[in-house]
Amino acid sequence: MANLNIYELFRRMEAEDIILSFKGDITQDLLSSVYQIMEARLDSEREEPKRKKKFYHILVECLQNVYHHMVDLKEEHGAEAMESTAIFMIGYGPDNSYRIVTGNFISVDYIEGLRTKLEHINKLSPEELKAEYLQQLSTTELSEKGGAGLGLIDMARKSGQKLDFDFYHVSDTHSFFSLGVTVH
Amino acid sequence: MDPLIIEESIKTPSITFNPGTGTLEIKGKSIPENSLEFYKPVFEWLDAYSKSPAPNTEVHIRLDYFNTSSSKCLLDIFRRLEPANSGGSSSVKVHWFYESDDEDMMEAGDDYQALVKLPFTLIKV
Repeated sequence: MANLNIYELFRRMEAEDIILSFKGDITQDLLSSVYQIMEARLDSEREEPKRKKKFYHILVECLQNVYHHMVDLKEEHGAEAMESTAIFMIGYGPDNSYRIVTGNFISVDYIEGLRTKLEHINKLSPEELKAEYLQQLSTTELSEKGGAGLGLIDMARKSGQKLDFDFYHVSDTHSFFSLGVTVH
Repeated sequence: MDPLIIEESIKTPSITFNPGTGTLEIKGKSIPENSLEFYKPVFEWLDAYSKSPAPNTEVHIRLDYFNTSSSKCLLDIFRRLEPANSGGSSSVKVHWFYESDDEDMMEAGDDYQALVKLPFTLIKV
């Protein structure tokens, strides 16, 4: 970071209304700390309990979604590889909303499947999301690491918003996947 | 058989299962990254319990939050108790508690009620 202007970075983060950001290895201990920090932050801002619960619930799903991907990538590439690093940012969005944005590497083989799944989720009405959630809940088995395959549906259902996503080209084998959720 | 007692932690609920009285309580929040790791001993205990359950099993679910990984485990807990409520000499009732402003938690109780063959009572606290 020889050429880093930290003040510029600070101002950029201020301008973007970022509360907390992290880049690196996503561990269980890190997530525990983030939940505690955000809970304290929302308490200090006297956020109403209902909204706090909603935000907290979605935050947990977003970060655990990244965590589960990271566990897979570490197994594939080793803990030191670039692919084992991810980023997330928590901040404010328009109209007094919260924004949670995550970014992580994925194998290009998963792009189409993931895109199809997200586009499908974004087309569903609240009733259809509920039906899809119940269907998945009652039929799919948990993965060995505890992934239920329900995270994306749950984020859409609980937030009541479309999930925004993008895939950035990295290499022939990997892409950088970003996922954003707005909590009103 | 022995009771199952697990203390509450930052990401996992307290578990208080008493085989003598048939009172099974899960309380707190359940947001572990790997819920299977946490719930495995719970499943094992229930498998043993359901072979000779108390005449009346009362399940008390008092959760503030649970993640999707835990939602699957909760379903598995209820499913493991279904045989103890299938017309034999034992019965199982589920009491699902939710805070008055927590529609999501109320709806979650409703969801399970639709998926599981156990009588549910949704209780506003």
